[in-house]
Amino acid sequence: MDLFEYQGKQYFARFDIPVSPGGAADTVDEAVKVADASGYPVVVKAQVQVGGRGKAGGIKLANNAEETRFHANNILGMDIKGHVVKRVWVEHASDIEEEYYASFTLDRAAKKHLLMLSAQGGVEIEEVAEKDPDAIIKLHIDPVDGLSAAAAHKAAVDAKIPAKALDGVASILVQLYRCFTEGDCDLAEINPLILKPTGEVHALDAKVSLDDNADFRHPEWAEYRATEELDSREQLARTHGLQYIGLDGTVGIIANGAGLAMSTLDVVNQVGGTAANFLDIGGGANADVMAAALEVINFDDKVTSIFINIFGGITRGEEVAKGIVEALSRVTLKAPIVIRLDGTNAEEGRKILADAGIPESTLISKPTMLEAARAAVAISKGK
Amino acid sequence: MAIFVNQSTKVIVQGLTGGQGKYHGLRNQAYGTQVVGGVTPGKGGTDVEGIPVFNSVAEAVAATGANASFIAVPPKAAPAAILEAAAAGIAFIVCITEGIPAQDEAKVFNTLIRDYPKTRLLGPNCPGIISPGKCNIGITAGEIAELPKAGKKNVGIVSRSGTLTYQALYELKQRGIGVSTCVGIGGDPVPGTNFIDCLREFQNDPETDAIIMIGEIGGSAEEEAAEFIKANVTKPMSAYIAGVTAPAGKKMGHAGAIVSGGKGTAQGKMDALRAAGVKVGLNPTEAGDLMAEIIKSIS
Repeated sequence: MDLFEYQGKQYFARFDIPVSPGGAADTVDEAVKVADASGYPVVVKAQVQVGGRGKAGGIKLANNAEETRFHANNILGMDIKGHVVKRVWVEHASDIEEEYYASFTLDRAAKKHLLMLSAQGGVEIEEVAEKDPDAIIKLHIDPVDGLSAAAAHKAAVDAKIPAKALDGVASILVQLYRCFTEGDCDLAEINPLILKPTGEVHALDAKVSLDDNADFRHPEWAEYRATEELDSREQLARTHGLQYIGLDGTVGIIANGAGLAMSTLDVVNQVGGTAANFLDIGGGANADVMAAALEVINFDDKVTSIFINIFGGITRGEEVAKGIVEALSRVTLKAPIVIRLDGTNAEEGRKILADAGIPESTLISKPTMLEAARAAVAISKGK
Repeated sequence: MAIFVNQSTKVIVQGLTGGQGKYHGLRNQAYGTQVVGGVTPGKGGTDVEGIPVFNSVAEAVAATGANASFIAVPPKAAPAAILEAAAAGIAFIVCITEGIPAQDEAKVFNTLIRDYPKTRLLGPNCPGIISPGKCNIGITAGEIAELPKAGKKNVGIVSRSGTLTYQALYELKQRGIGVSTCVGIGGDPVPGTNFIDCLREFQNDPETDAIIMIGEIGGSAEEEAAEFIKANVTKPMSAYIAGVTAPAGKKMGHAGAIVSGGKGTAQGKMDALRAAGVKVGLNPTEAGDLMAEIIKSIS
């Protein structure tokens, strides 16, 4: 789950990473109230999860309440690359002497944590990496050892952070690493990390991506979940606990296992169709899960055929079949189903479907993935 | 021969008294796998359909001589279960648990490397491993795996995705091609065993004549495998990469399957594998067809 900037800053604050005083606002009046409390001048920043906010006019400086009102009014409701701004973050504007870059991620190839640090911040780090790769230092950290204060200090020296900012940067690195590990982040990034004329170092922006698998030990993430940008199909899927990603095509996809679901999308595409979604019902899916999946697919008006692609491992064929029969008794499907069922107890599953007396106009069974894809695509095109 | 597991592998199931552990543990046993015990703290002394249950892995190993473990416990308990098995001297651990936080996974991986270098972890979030006719650990339906045939050419399978592993087995069965071993390495960001580990074993396994590799979007494991293949693998290979049509920036179910910053695309992986001499199919069936051609050409 990706956090908005304001949530990232609130998350940073939990780990004692210094951020500017400020607050989130959904209305112009609220924005002015936050600005008054933060102290002028303030920056009004659009809260959208897309790059290039500044260029789009989504970040503005305001010297007084009147200017805050003007900018907040413009920014709230603004469309930035298809993202409508529903909330702004208003914070006291910082005097900036220098801008740096710091981030922690997991390096999957090295299987270690990776610190990236640069004395050139404030711009896209990919640009720095391209133009001047030596300006970024990369430090691998063994997750068992963690990052010591001494190692953080040495990294800052290696990145040519100036002497006056060294202690501040090193201490933020240690705090950011704690946020990354204890806070279960996939990514914790500060860009820019700024040095103020007063000598303090602090985070002017926050980019945080949380590891969904760690949700069980972070009850505080519930408030972030509530603001996630999901379309209505994704919302419904979430309430059923399904792995669903909405796409733009016409063939509704249900598969078990992420790999098979991805592959199903690919095959539908290869035979000339377009997938309406990615939906992985996971391992061990039972009748309830299948019924819920069909309900979610049925909710999508663009869907003109449904392709259920099941290869049983943990998932058992008879459970899938029972789920389909049950779902058909609960909901009236707007599109016919093409199913391909193989693997664990597939015979049993096929028998349940055959014995249920479902008309061919509602459900067709095909022996292979390719044949099923062709049939589903043909139906989706009205053939 | 086969890789990693065979008829003499003795398996304990950590979580044998739980729903998944019992179901699949018993199925593995029914397939012919030597399932010699189970471990559930507090349930030592009981049994599951005749399989003795112990309180700890150490007790189970002492009593049964087990050298492999099948872990089927929830994500919260899995990291400790893996380390317990390693500490008890288990050489091969299969963890099917899905949903372990990446931070825990990275810690477990690096702890194993440092403290238990002789232990191999397969998974987490993987379907397991099957050496057809010899040993099946995990959730693969054994009957879809074609037995290896003496005097004929047999294929090794390594895959990042569970269900696509079955699909690969199925494609070979349809064509009557025998399988030496099929390894599902799992789709998490830090798998205990990677493509290269398996490719190296397959290259050295006299029973394996050709290899199918199934990858997916995200990370750079396939590209690294391609480098390894170029330098070290002489056996012919076919491959399939899932996620050609996956949108960027979205996690496609697996924690590890995400195209980000233009990296980890299916196209990039297919190009790397082709450059290493691997025949790449655009869907699992095509990869199966390509393998059938390979087998014909080397038979």
